[in-house]
Amino acid sequence: MEANILLFELALTFYLLAAIAGVVEIFKKKKGISKAVLYLSAIGFLCHTANIIIRYVQGGHIPVTNMHEASSFFAWCIVIFFFIYEYRYKPGLLSSFIMPFVFIIMFSSAVFPREIGTISPVLKSYWFGIHVLLAFLADSAFAMACGIGIMYLIQERHVKSKHINRLFLKMPSLQVLDNINYHLITLGFPLLSLAIITGVIWANTAWGTYWRWDPKEVWSLITWFIYALVLHLRLTLGWRGKKAAILSIIGFAIVIFAFFGVTLILKGRHVFM
Amino acid sequence: MTIINSLFMDILIIGLNHKTAPIEVREKVAFDGLKLNEALNRLKDYPSIKEHIILSTCNRVEIYAAVDDLDSGTDSIKGFISDFHGISRDLLDKSLYIHKGTGAVRHIYRVGSSLDSMVLGEPQILGQLKDAFDAALKNKTTGVFLNKLMRKSVSVVKRIRTETKIAAGAVSISFAAIELAKKIFEDLSTKSFMLIGAGEMAELAAKHLLNLGVKDVYVTNRTTERAEELAKEFHGKVILFDNFTLELRFSDIVICSTGAPEYILLKEEMHKIMKERKQKPVFIIDISVPRNIDPLINELDNVYLYDVDNLQGIIDTNKEERAKEAGNAELIVEEEIGSFSKWTLSLSATPTIVALRDMAESIRQDELEKTLKKLGPLEEKQIRAIEYLSNTIVNKLIHPPTAALKEENADKDLMVDMIRKLYGLKADENNG
Repeated sequence: MEANILLFELALTFYLLAAIAGVVEIFKKKKGISKAVLYLSAIGFLCHTANIIIRYVQGGHIPVTNMHEASSFFAWCIVIFFFIYEYRYKPGLLSSFIMPFVFIIMFSSAVFPREIGTISPVLKSYWFGIHVLLAFLADSAFAMACGIGIMYLIQERHVKSKHINRLFLKMPSLQVLDNINYHLITLGFPLLSLAIITGVIWANTAWGTYWRWDPKEVWSLITWFIYALVLHLRLTLGWRGKKAAILSIIGFAIVIFAFFGVTLILKGRHVFM
Repeated sequence: MTIINSLFMDILIIGLNHKTAPIEVREKVAFDGLKLNEALNRLKDYPSIKEHIILSTCNRVEIYAAVDDLDSGTDSIKGFISDFHGISRDLLDKSLYIHKGTGAVRHIYRVGSSLDSMVLGEPQILGQLKDAFDAALKNKTTGVFLNKLMRKSVSVVKRIRTETKIAAGAVSISFAAIELAKKIFEDLSTKSFMLIGAGEMAELAAKHLLNLGVKDVYVTNRTTERAEELAKEFHGKVILFDNFTLELRFSDIVICSTGAPEYILLKEEMHKIMKERKQKPVFIIDISVPRNIDPLINELDNVYLYDVDNLQGIIDTNKEERAKEAGNAELIVEEEIGSFSKWTLSLSATPTIVALRDMAESIRQDELEKTLKKLGPLEEKQIRAIEYLSNTIVNKLIHPPTAALKEENADKDLMVDMIRKLYGLKADENNG
């Protein structure tokens, strides 16, 4: 087995273990589990990083040129965000809600053929790296916002229904969750905007047209409008808390569709396909 | 030697608590303030009591003692309580419980970890136990046994607190309110708080909130004088009762407790206020009976309304959780009793070893003297050789039994007993 495949399998396994431990943590009261989840995720992340570096060196570009690579890179970006927010806010049970996501995306990556993709010389430019990096970071921020949104809805249910349990005590406060959610969207939105702008510039250098209305472009634009709306409603009408949480879940559903659905169902001919 | 002193000592606990004695009896036998020192010193006069500590709280009075004879110790302590407080023995006998040996160790662990308290998981009892120990230390009424027992108890209590959730979750209205506030808001010190009306429970909750440090405090009441009084107490700002809805949009936490017979805040009003607040979350605690806040308000987004029953529901759940955890705590207690018994056993082995050595040495000395006498004048070198011979034989002979005594062994008490019988070591020889 090639080194990068082995590393991928290892990362997948450790993410699975982390996700299982994370889910166990929701229901069990053992204290050590939350540390175990972090260590498992960290080991998975190291293997994953090595896998991506090898692919980068072998392919000569950021490894996002087929579905396998793109999903894997997507999961990798989410783990980066996960560690940043875990470190900064230490919200209880964050891993329990994020690591299963990471595993599912990694697993979907495992399903696709794993050869190292190539890109046509036409597309190879300075803008390629910047565009995909921005796009993936934006999508990852939205993925995190979705996980946080789910946590918010669960915790809000606890407070509203006046029924408290162990899960209620373990999870962070509503305000912390709402703040992180807002923070992630204010981060993801400019990243997405820049990704679209760099994409447009890149399209022009590659094909000589700025915008071709291919499905990927259309869905990116829809995503952009959704998150613009989320921010707008929050700032003007105070759509925070529950409404913001629901919107960030809907937003991410569209991101996922734009990511997998457009390529697999609508057969869009976006760059890396 | 202090170790030998404590040979065959037993731990004895005699006391009464809220379960065995009504307040009228408990207050009569309490050792509060100056009485405590006097009592500690007077207990020293009883020869059967070697070490003692007195714990006296509003829910329990207990005397912990290390005694060399359980029966005379029990009699002494009962007599002491009856004499000191001038209460008849009959009345005492009805309320007092007696714990001996491992039962006593179990009892002190259970008391310290609040398993025997009125409110399971209450933290004060450990502090009270420590204070009782400090007082005993000051009056020099403890020794090896009780010192070890107290230190061990503190560590057992700490273990129970970290390994079980016996003290988790609020069990009073005011703490339940704060627990909820902490799950709604990130940082209470940036929040504003409004107290509508007054009342014991509302004021208590307000005090707890202020202890955590909220940013602004608003107080309103139908009678302005009362509002001013409360504002002074809580360092807050007085708001006219008729205007309180105007100020509500600046308040993140509201405690309401007025005597009003009807709702003073309706859903439509709150809906408007939420718009003005840009939907910033509000936590409203309605302690009034009948309720003062329209319960429908809870349906609004970002508004969290709790009434007394809701809070009581949370308290009940927490109490159930604590009761479940109590089982785990009891398991830890049982486990730790074993480790204390082990220690006492090792203690009783040491004097046996000493006694064995003493006996061997005295036999050697006697026989050496006799032999030297029989042999007549000898050279210095020869005397030393004979001494060396006797030493080596004695040491080699007593080495196996001493080594066996030093070992950790399940039936050590049996072995100690056996060796004492085999070598004819008497208990009173070592009790000096």
